[in-house]
Amino acid sequence: MAKRIDVSGLSAYYGNHRAIEDISMTVEPRSVTAFIGPSGCGKSTFLRTLNRMHEVTPGGRVEGKVMLDDENLYGPGVDPVAVRRTVGMVFQRPNPFPTMSIYDNVAAGLRLNGTARRKSELDGIVEKSLKGANLWNEVKDRLNKPGAGLSGGQQQRLCIARAIAVEPQVLLMDEPCSALDPISTLAIEDLIGQLKERFTIVIVTHNMQQAARVSDRTAFFNLAGVGQPGRLIEIDETQRIFSNPSVQATEDYISGRFG
Amino acid sequence: MGHEMSETLTQDALPASSLSPLAHRRIPRWAPAGIAVAAIALGCGVGAAAGLASHLQWGLISLLLFVGLTYGITAGVEGRRQARDRVATSLVWACFVVAVVPLYSLLQTTISKGVKVLDGNFLTHSMGGVITTQPGGGVYHAVIGTLEQVGLASLIAVPVGLLTAIYLVEYGRGKLAKVVTFFVDVMTGVPSIVAGLFILAFWIIILGFGYSGFAGALALAILMMPVVVRSTEEMLKLVPNELREASLALGVPKWRTILKVVLPTSIGGILTGVMLAVARIAGETAPVLLLVFGNQLINNNPFSGAQSSLPYYVYEQYTNGNDASFDRAWAAALVLIAFVMILNLVARGIARWKAPKTGR
Amino acid sequence: MDIVSTSGEHPPPSRQPAATRLGDRVFLGLSRGSGILLLVIMAAIAVFLTVRAIHAISLDHSNFFTTYEWNASLNPPSFGIAVLAYGTLVSSLIAMLIAVPISVGIALFITHYAPRRLASPLAYLVDLLAAVPSIVYGLWGGLYLVPHLQGLNLWLNDYLSWTGVFHKSDPNSAARSLFTVGILLAIMIVPIITNVTREVFRQVPKAHEEAALALGATRWEVVRMSVLPFARSGIISASMLGLGRALGETMAVATVLSASPVLTQRLLDPVGGTFAQNIAAKFAEADNFGRDALIASGLVLFVITLLVNGAARLIIARRREYSGAAL
Repeated sequence: MAKRIDVSGLSAYYGNHRAIEDISMTVEPRSVTAFIGPSGCGKSTFLRTLNRMHEVTPGGRVEGKVMLDDENLYGPGVDPVAVRRTVGMVFQRPNPFPTMSIYDNVAAGLRLNGTARRKSELDGIVEKSLKGANLWNEVKDRLNKPGAGLSGGQQQRLCIARAIAVEPQVLLMDEPCSALDPISTLAIEDLIGQLKERFTIVIVTHNMQQAARVSDRTAFFNLAGVGQPGRLIEIDETQRIFSNPSVQATEDYISGRFG
Repeated sequence: MGHEMSETLTQDALPASSLSPLAHRRIPRWAPAGIAVAAIALGCGVGAAAGLASHLQWGLISLLLFVGLTYGITAGVEGRRQARDRVATSLVWACFVVAVVPLYSLLQTTISKGVKVLDGNFLTHSMGGVITTQPGGGVYHAVIGTLEQVGLASLIAVPVGLLTAIYLVEYGRGKLAKVVTFFVDVMTGVPSIVAGLFILAFWIIILGFGYSGFAGALALAILMMPVVVRSTEEMLKLVPNELREASLALGVPKWRTILKVVLPTSIGGILTGVMLAVARIAGETAPVLLLVFGNQLINNNPFSGAQSSLPYYVYEQYTNGNDASFDRAWAAALVLIAFVMILNLVARGIARWKAPKTGR
Repeated sequence: MDIVSTSGEHPPPSRQPAATRLGDRVFLGLSRGSGILLLVIMAAIAVFLTVRAIHAISLDHSNFFTTYEWNASLNPPSFGIAVLAYGTLVSSLIAMLIAVPISVGIALFITHYAPRRLASPLAYLVDLLAAVPSIVYGLWGGLYLVPHLQGLNLWLNDYLSWTGVFHKSDPNSAARSLFTVGILLAIMIVPIITNVTREVFRQVPKAHEEAALALGATRWEVVRMSVLPFARSGIISASMLGLGRALGETMAVATVLSASPVLTQRLLDPVGGTFAQNIAAKFAEADNFGRDALIASGLVLFVITLLVNGAARLIIARRREYSGAAL
């Protein structure tokens, strides 16, 4: 189910502007890896290169290699659509399809991929995914109501259910709690703890406490200077990063001296 | 939407997608272009072989072949979802081509036929003493008519439109503003011939005035007002509130704030809107047909007696139904298009030149 | 716009002088008066047309709504709008059937498919297309399109005449039919529908498109899942704006259609008429009463376009509330 990600020498551009430069790292399967760093350091951009969403932005392009186990996501002939099916994503703001019901939102990816043919099969996966997202009990009586009617936290869990319904190998989360209240945030963090049993999870967060709470490993990104591309400063066990980082800049950032 | 999809999308499942490698077999990058060329060649071939007279049919056959081939080939190589995506892409491209073809044909025909008799003589002479079946004559009287009618219409419509927009943006809050907004929208959709009929009923039949350029200008003003209101409203809304507040805080009364701060800030956009509105009414024929009546001769007085106008002249020459008249109609149409396009270009130039700094 | 924001800390030392208050009052009066003037004009259009129309219809010796012929100068006068109403609706319907899908396609092309360098010149081109005066379309339609559609007409007649709709009574007659009018009207309203639809497509939140993309949707699936559902009401109202324009178009119909008071389902036959075309064609020879009769037909056209445009605006207004609440 879960796969390892091996990034080597990756740079991403917006037109001629280089947003991130020469990043290499390994993301372990069945673990949570957190990306932290000051705003604009390219951590979200980097996240979006891991499922080829970066190139959706006009002018966006990528150099380097991203290996998913032994397949290069940027290899010749690789279909970005297939990549995104394998590497799911949850966004900063909950974005359920406004015109679809809760049920249809969860089923959307399955219907695209055609993995579930029969209604009963589809029902089963929808229920399983909503349970997996800790949302089933709250919505099981109103599956046919529009997803936009849920609270922000519920919407975000709906988006997680939608993402895991297609059984991806990897789940990318781009600041999934930044638009949510503390209680909903806790619910999502609990959920992340459960999901790492099944998926490789990468989460971008602005909140260092969150990174410390949910992640096994933490990567710190920083800018060399204004207008410079973002770089990976270090990646290590979360505990080490927060107690005894090997780079001074990481310690300065963690202890709140900048950023 | 969702239920439709469940029917259509579940049928063509890719086998075991989660296990399949990320790389699919894909058709080469040149393939869409290749298929297009092949389809056009085949379409023309079939068209010629079957002796189809209309090139439109050749095009239709090519289009059908193109869509069919694209779907067939991609479905075979890449799978049905990709095939559907490619067909959608090619249909969208086809829409673009379909839109360009008539525009190209229209401009090409108008220009190539219009330049035949378009010269200095054509622009400086009226139709006085010209037999319609003979070459000669010109549009001078029609140009005069258009300029005067459009000018008068603008003199009426621009102040009313500006003031209404100011009312809606700067003062309007209550029910009246809502009603005005709604009816401005509805007024935008009033057909030009209905506006003409209204002035006919009101000005000519009931008040008893005769046909004149001014009567036409009244109808054109009705068509112009909502356009001016709309565009001015949009521009006034772009003026940041801080500017108004800064001026009011200095103790400047509201009306002077509007005149000295709000209008000068948005003057570029307002002018653009007015020019586009002028361009729109300059091409209107129907009200002129009903209210100005048309004239072969020069009539410099818009307040009395029949006049001509450029669009009316085009129609009149068209209905004459002989080659010499058709030539004049094309030439006048070219003059009209040039006039309208110049107005458009100038309007856009103003818009770019005076664009508010906050714009982008 | 708020006048009061500054007065909290520093109350004005004295009341404003009377002169500026007068200035404000005059200015408000003028601008509100202009707004009211617009309402008065709209009301006046309805009232004056109705007055003349009632006069004309009261003297009509045949049923105004079911009569085919338009003989206002007969004694007693006999005229009706059956053929005109039919022709207006049919030609506009043909125009809509052609124009709406193509416009949606062009709008999609500009916003989602075109290479970025092509998109903005193309949008500009569509704007220019909208600015071409209708008489020029009419001239082109009458002298270029009519002869060039002859082949298509014959072909439709050969292969599809069994439908009845595409049966042409005299295959050799010119293509001055409601069908041709519909095609020409379609070409004219494509830019209008495209411009509005394009704006709606631009407003589709990026988040919804990315949601679909991240699930592994192809570009077309993104359009179907995110773009079209969001834009549906916008497309409907854009189409109705186009319809309003097609219904009232005068010159392009007057130059193309060979009008006669025949009501037939055979769309390729060079017969029929529309409200606006009939007014333009009959006006020159109309006496005082004939003008009133034409005004009566104009009133019907006015009411129809009013309904169509009003409906379009209501849909847009509803959508605005909906999208405002959703964001």
